[in-house]
Amino acid sequence: MRIPKAASNPVSDMQRSRTRKNWLLSAPALVVLAAASSGPLLIVLVYSFLSAGEYGGVVWKFSTDAWFNVVFFRDIFDGTTTFADAHMTILWRSVRLSFITTLITLAAGFPTAYFIATRPRRNRSLWLFLITVPFWTNLLIRTFAILEVIRNEGLINIGLQTLGIIDKPIQMLYTDFAIMVGMTYVYLPLMVLPLYASMERLNFSLVEAAYDLYATRHKVLHRIIIPLVKPGIIAGSILVFIPSLGAFVTPRVLGGGKKMMLGNLIELQFGAGRNWPLGAALSVTLLALVMAALLMYVRTTQRHSGSVR
Amino acid sequence: MVEKQGTGQANTEAPLPAAIYAERVTKAFGEGKKKVLALDDVSLTIEENEFFTLLGPSGCGKTTLLRLIAGFDQPTAGAIMLRDRDISQLPPNQRSVNTVFQDYALFPHMTVAKNISFGLEMLGKPKDYIKKTVGDMLALVKMEELRDRRTDQLSGGQQQRVALARALAPRPQVLLLDEPLSALDYKLRKEMQIELKQLQLETGITFIFVTHDQEEALTMSDRIAVMNAGRILQIGTPRQIYNQPADRFVASFIGRSNFISVEVLSVEGRRARLKLSSGREVISPLPDNWVPRGRVTAVVRPEYAQLVAGSGDEGDLQGVLENIVYLGTDTQYHIRLPDETTFVTRSQNQCQETEAFEDGQSVSVVFKPEAVQVLRS
Amino acid sequence: MIPFIKKRPPFSLKRQPGFGLIAGLCFVMLYAPIITLVVYSFNAGKYISPWEGFSLQWYVAAWGNEAVQDATMRSLFLAVQAGIYSTVLATMAALGTTRTRPFRGLMAIYAMINQPLMVPEIVTAVALLILFAMIKSLTGIQGMFYLVIAHTAFCIPFAYLPIRARLEGMDLNLETAAADLYATPWKTFWRVTLPLLFPGIIAGSMLAFVISLDDVVITEFIKSSGQETLPTYMLGQLRRVVTPEINAISTVLLGLSISVVCLLFFVERRSRK
Repeated sequence: MRIPKAASNPVSDMQRSRTRKNWLLSAPALVVLAAASSGPLLIVLVYSFLSAGEYGGVVWKFSTDAWFNVVFFRDIFDGTTTFADAHMTILWRSVRLSFITTLITLAAGFPTAYFIATRPRRNRSLWLFLITVPFWTNLLIRTFAILEVIRNEGLINIGLQTLGIIDKPIQMLYTDFAIMVGMTYVYLPLMVLPLYASMERLNFSLVEAAYDLYATRHKVLHRIIIPLVKPGIIAGSILVFIPSLGAFVTPRVLGGGKKMMLGNLIELQFGAGRNWPLGAALSVTLLALVMAALLMYVRTTQRHSGSVR
Repeated sequence: MVEKQGTGQANTEAPLPAAIYAERVTKAFGEGKKKVLALDDVSLTIEENEFFTLLGPSGCGKTTLLRLIAGFDQPTAGAIMLRDRDISQLPPNQRSVNTVFQDYALFPHMTVAKNISFGLEMLGKPKDYIKKTVGDMLALVKMEELRDRRTDQLSGGQQQRVALARALAPRPQVLLLDEPLSALDYKLRKEMQIELKQLQLETGITFIFVTHDQEEALTMSDRIAVMNAGRILQIGTPRQIYNQPADRFVASFIGRSNFISVEVLSVEGRRARLKLSSGREVISPLPDNWVPRGRVTAVVRPEYAQLVAGSGDEGDLQGVLENIVYLGTDTQYHIRLPDETTFVTRSQNQCQETEAFEDGQSVSVVFKPEAVQVLRS
Repeated sequence: MIPFIKKRPPFSLKRQPGFGLIAGLCFVMLYAPIITLVVYSFNAGKYISPWEGFSLQWYVAAWGNEAVQDATMRSLFLAVQAGIYSTVLATMAALGTTRTRPFRGLMAIYAMINQPLMVPEIVTAVALLILFAMIKSLTGIQGMFYLVIAHTAFCIPFAYLPIRARLEGMDLNLETAAADLYATPWKTFWRVTLPLLFPGIIAGSMLAFVISLDDVVITEFIKSSGQETLPTYMLGQLRRVVTPEINAISTVLLGLSISVVCLLFFVERRSRK
């Protein structure tokens, strides 16, 4: 009889070599991402602590001026320091408009997602497809389409004038309202998709049980459906809020340089403003806001999933 | 030298190496506190040309053992020999062992014929040979007309046949079947059982069949290994397993059993004289050279006991008829014994009802010869 | 006369009052502006509105516009390259990160791959602007290379998602079966894994293509002079008085994106049957 050998554990050896293979397979993608996506973010952080060059670019000298300038404004003539109102206005506009956009897309997207989820199974993918098509088309083109609808000679104003409701076009373009409409329009699919995903999983026998226990339609919605699809609501809200906060194209086209958001302010610093460190500091600020929102999302979903199962 | 276990047919000619010999195989999953022993020191010999079945409830380790033989997992300790060659560390594509998967695992992007030829192509067989073998295999499983179908257009039974043909085409030394009939409906399963047995006889390949269905195991197997909790409890022919179960688990897992307490009076050779609770004495055959003592548990199959009316002295046990269950082919009688346990007997139904029993009637149970079998535990 | 009986509709469990109406409005809202844009691309007038009759003149104008031709070619060139590279990288990464026991660093790889989806585009754009300006001033190397690598990077997560989904839905037993039938790991990959993965790879590459084709922000920041793509060209034009030529270009680009996505939808539908 041979004695079974208890040599080095072949199973854990194999596991180790499999892990190495997994890393090797992922490495090329990771290298490209590190070089052209994640890595450069560190450079932005470094730049935010340098001094501005006279004609753009930076001077390699440590400085906290950029961060100071995010919040305060120093008059170059008399040296007095005041609160940087312009920056605060833009920051506040970014947060406010993103928040309102999220609320509107939720109000519109929830019924839409519910509508799709309650269609017969074989039709659902077609309805969903109708939601995703605009999402995969060019953001700029969609913003441009909204511009054509709301401008002074656009569909809405001409329509209202023809009907005799107004005699002078309403100025909608280049207002906060325009930006909000545009963002709602371009980001609506981002709200509908996760909402639909969680509604599709909804077990409708729970709704039946609620009706069986004398709930009204309203009660069924508030006590059963909304609590059950809460993860979808949170995911959709985050998916709309984050790109809204960093929006660039929509406010540029529909706000027309008058109503700026954070993205446009950042661009300004790298363009006409010629203050790269300030632009970098603003970028880091935006990134921090987004990360905070993401972190909040992760926290709530973890708590949520922890309490449910 | 390889140690023979169980009661494999005695080999009078030059000793052939066993088809599969598992030597003290242990397989653990997880580490530390979460460590689970899926196989606990299992040894097993499977002879050439045998239809061998691993039988046990789910989680007993039978599929794990099969996967170790196939090479999809490696044993934590111990060795697996294929015709005297240690294959424990060989990858599956270097073992002359093929598997019929539980869900068939047919390649959905290939036709029936392409599925069957896959293994032969991988082995680098010549084109003519592949063509001929695929034809033979299609004929063997009666699927000639469907050779160019895509596999997702086949019925369950057809997929089953393709999976068989695919695994048999490379003429493996051992064919492994992982509950291949479990996805089929009852009638088809019955047919396939016969066909599988036939196929094994025709091809002369060793089959190792995994199932949790005791009836399936009894129908097809030359020998059965009953497993539970990572161990092999008994290896034997279907008849041995049924008539002489080694322990309580085997007895209750296979068929229906009555467990009774008996006292061993004496042992002579391989026969024991036992005293029943009623005071009657019976003779019971013993497996191996094992000597039971004192009070032990014995098993009696319901069909090996007969019911007679009245509580006369001629019965081995006396009791009150509690329940009569009519089952078509036979009838089950539930008898309450004086010690408040229930004893079940079963008798085949006749065209004419000969004896009519009634609930609440006093009855006696008469054991057929050698009906009482002493258990080791 | 048959007495009139008011038939009440049967009670529907799933109905919620007003939801259908809002959903309908949403669908109209989503498509009305796009349809308006397409309709006005056929306007004969000099400005987008008012409507002055049907004409294809703006398509002819766009077709003959050298700047548009140039930008179109560049956009396609960029999208094809970024699509191919990101799909190859994403396929490898997907093979390395699915169907495996969790290993140290797996979560980090996920985070890294999905990172472009989480960081606002404007931040990435600024970061790349700084990095590429640095490299250009240090080495003097110019060219499309910068755009290609940037596009490849942000296309990776889009290519990765469908490929990973396909891999995770794949029956692991099929590869085990191939190994059982004497296929080497390499042969198993070519004969079983890759063919089964193909619909996912097609979907991933198409998404990557569309995403690259549509990008404005990052391209706008990192392009050198003379490297206009179609979207950045249009963004530049929007600052001036817009003519229906922009509508015509938009319509063509829309048509391209929508046909790719439609193709994807039907391929997906067929492969599921």
